[in-house]
Order: sequence, then structure tokens, then C-alpha cells
Amino acid sequence: MRTRPFRTALVAVAALAVLAVTACGDSDSGGAPADGGDPGITGTVTVFAAASLTESFTTIGRNFEAANPGVKVTFSFAGSSALANQINQGAPADVFASAAPANMKTVTGAGNGDGTPTTFVKNQLVIAVPKGNPDGVTGLVDLTGPDAKVALCAEQVPCGAAARKALDAAGVELTPVTLEQDVKAALAKVRLGEVDAALVYRTDAKAGAAEVDGIEFPESAGAVNDYPIIVLKDAANPAAARAFVSHVLSDAGRGVLTAAGFQAP
Amino acid sequence: MSLLDHADTATRPAVGRSPRRRRRTGRIPVALLVPATLGLLFLVLPLAGLLARTPWTTLPTRLAEPGVLTALRLSLLTATLATLLCLALGVPLAWLLARVRFPGRRVVRALVTVPLVLPPVVGGVALLLVFGRRGLLGGWLDSTFGITLPFTTAGVVLAEAFVAMPFLIIAVEGALRGADTRYEEAAATLGAGRWTTFTHVTLPLIGPGIAAGAVLCWARALGEFGATITFAGNFPGRTQTMPLAVYLALETDLEAAIVLSLLLLTVSVVILASLRDRWITSP
Repeated sequence: MRTRPFRTALVAVAALAVLAVTACGDSDSGGAPADGGDPGITGTVTVFAAASLTESFTTIGRNFEAANPGVKVTFSFAGSSALANQINQGAPADVFASAAPANMKTVTGAGNGDGTPTTFVKNQLVIAVPKGNPDGVTGLVDLTGPDAKVALCAEQVPCGAAARKALDAAGVELTPVTLEQDVKAALAKVRLGEVDAALVYRTDAKAGAAEVDGIEFPESAGAVNDYPIIVLKDAANPAAARAFVSHVLSDAGRGVLTAAGFQAP
Repeated sequence: MSLLDHADTATRPAVGRSPRRRRRTGRIPVALLVPATLGLLFLVLPLAGLLARTPWTTLPTRLAEPGVLTALRLSLLTATLATLLCLALGVPLAWLLARVRFPGRRVVRALVTVPLVLPPVVGGVALLLVFGRRGLLGGWLDSTFGITLPFTTAGVVLAEAFVAMPFLIIAVEGALRGADTRYEEAAATLGAGRWTTFTHVTLPLIGPGIAAGAVLCWARALGEFGATITFAGNFPGRTQTMPLAVYLALETDLEAAIVLSLLLLTVSVVILASLRDRWITSP
């Protein structure tokens, strides 16, 4: 009688231990060793990419998979700074594409890059407004009114740093109602109709073209973001990672990126 | 196996003679002690990880930064207001669920737990769709009363209350179901109405349950992140609570994020511990 609960508990503890071990094993991604040249690449490539690359990299990933049967590309899209931190904390990534050189430096500075990063596109800010531009916004000055509700990115993330630069260049003081954690969150506030405008990348405005319009403004030229990309030192699948980066830099990759609104570097 | 056999033979005679006494005075069963210790380690180790990475030398200067106190004050204020809101609405709802039979009670009970299951960010979007400028009620609130909730401190309270209320309701409903209904029946036979019974009998009876639920609710509200940043946005002094400040600090400065987290933890543990001594353990 007495031993039964004891045994049940032992079994439970053992089960927990097994769970823990298998959970650890899972993080070992299925990166197969490189066997020779480009055509031979297999396995999974894990790409950590800035939130603003969501649409274009998803397309590029699909094209890359079509061109290299047997390779699977998985993405983690988030704010560049969050991704850089995750990489430095040992997150299993093969490639890092950042929306700003500063966040790339976080990774390369910690010795986690393989070689030097390559700038693959540039991006600049536009004013995202609800479709049809109901408030008739034409420039940054229109956002300074007392009733204007504006969302900016927090200055800790690249789009926020770029917004600060553009506003300084224009000599415009504006009080946002919120400082969002990444560019997609800022855009979402426009899509939901909660703010009148947000400073987002041209590419994000383009991706959301069904619901928002992107208003170009001259001062954004002073706050152009370089996007660097690099293969990571601890890549589980370095051959496929390099192939993916070359694909991004190829004409096919560039085509997708410029169609999304990015500029060539 | 040998340990198990040993424990078995050593304690078996006691089982037959006076089981009740042995249960109280016997040593702690290994089968409970081991998982209990593992559980404690599991909960406490991450805290140790934070402490190990804390930049103790720069701690005072980091804590003295102007934004820190603002965020802490806002967090404590909004979590407390959210808890009061949850008490005002949640206790009656818990009473309804526990004491009144009505059709669809099971469905209502399940609906109450929706915020527990919903990812908080989705909860924030859902709140926007109701209380936002173009939301179901938001436009009407704005045009009729001039009330706008997104991007305001009131919005933070609302987001926190939405996520935290189920904790209170579940705790209070549990207390109500566990409470002896004979006291309420006795009050009723003595002529007390349902309201009088509720205020004079039920509430004192389940006081500790309400207190425990309120503490859970407050703690959950204090740590709320996803619904808050989605519904109320992030602006220092107005809607930037500690969890939001921690998240943004994490974008650039891991150590700053750790300092902020530790501050939030310390303050909440001190407050909860002092409350516990005063209210919760007293019978």
C-alpha cells in the first residue's frame, strides 16, 4: 500500500527528467554537415531577420527552397536588437540580417559573426497614414498638431533611431502617444486606426498598402538605414547559410527586395 | 530500490497501529521531498541567474536614473487600481458562479478563463477592437463622454484588469464553494435577505480567499506586459510600466533590464510578504 504513491512519484520524476533531456535534444537543429559544393546542401537554415524584412525574406526563402530542394529555411522575425541579444545569448541561428549596423555590431563585437557583414539593402522612413490620407498629411510638420496621434518606434530599435534622426534633421518637435517596440507594432496602430500616423519604413508601408498609404518626406533622406547580413560563427549549417546569403545578394534576391521598396546599397 | 525497501520495512509497523499519529510526526516522505525540492529549485534558479548577472557596482547609479522611479510608481499605481477594479467586479461574479444556478453557467465559467488562455498580446488587440477609436464601444465612449482609453494610464489599468481578473475570480469562487453554506442558510432562516447574508456572512467567511485572490491578481497585473503594450502603448510616465521598461531596456542593455527586473521583484516581494503577515495567515 505504502509504496504505491512513492513509486508513482518516482515515475513522475523520471518522466520529468526524460522530458527535460528530450527538450534539450530538440534544440539541436537538424543541420546536416556540409558535403561538398552548393548543390549538395541540405538541412535547415535558421535565419534571424529584422521585422521589416518579414515579407521579402519570406519570399526569398521560398525561392531559395525551390532552387535547393532538400533545404528548409526557417525564420525568426523580430526587432533587430532583440535578435542580436538572442544570438549573443546562444540562440541557434545560422544567419543574421539586421535593420541597422549598430545591432550587427552587437553580434560581431561579441565575436559571433563569421567574417564581415555585407550591406545588402537600404531603407528609409515614410509617414504611414490610413488609406486615403484622411487628414491630408504631406510632411512631418502636419504631425505636430495638438490633436494628432502619432506612433513612433522606441529609440532603442532601429526605426526609432532613424525617426529621431529624421525629426532632428527637420527640426520638428513632436510628441508621440506611444513608442512601439518594433516597426510592425507601430504600423499595426495605424492599421487599427488608433493613431493618425506613424513613422515606418517605406517597405512596411508598401507591405500594408491595402490599409495604409506611405507619404514620402524629404528629411528621411538624412536617416537612411543600412541593412547588413552575416553568417554566424556558431552556425549549425554553415554551407547552407552561405548559400542563403549569396542568394539574398544575387540578382534574384535583389529583385524581390527592390520590389518590396528597398533601395540597392 | 534498496532505499525504498528500507523505508518500507522501517515504517510498515507504524501504519497498522496508529496511522493518524504517524502521519503527523513521521519524517517527511522522500517521494514528496524530492519533487518539492526540484520544484523550488526550478522556480528559484532563474532568480539566481538574474542575481549572478547583476552589475552590483553600477546598481545605485542605474537605480537613480529618472525613468526608473517613474515606471515603478506607475506600475504600483496601475496594478493596485486594476486589483480594486477586479475586486469590485470579480467578487460578485464569483458569487454568481458559485451560488446561483442559471442556464449556461458552465459556459460562463469557461468564458471567465478566456483571458488566461488568450495570449496577452491578442487580449490587447481584442481590447482595442472594443475600446479603441474604431472599436465597438470606443467611438461611442469618445463621442458621448469624451473618454479615450488607448494610450492612457486608464488603458493600462483596463489591460491589467482584463488579464488579472480570472485569477481573482477562480480563487474567490473556490473559496465560496469550499465555504460551509450552512451559515448562509442559518442567516436566511433568521430572516436575512440575500444581500445581507452576502455582506454579513459570506464575505467575512471567505475573507482569506478574497485576500489570496487579490494578491494573485495584483501580482499578475504588476507583471503584465503584452496586453498593456498593445492596448495602452508605451510612453514614459503615462503607460510605460516596469515590464515595458524592462523589455525596451533589453533591446539595448541587458544589465539595465536585469536591474529593473530585480527592482520590480524586490518591491513586489516586500509588499506581498508584509501583506501576508498582516492579512493572509491570520485566521
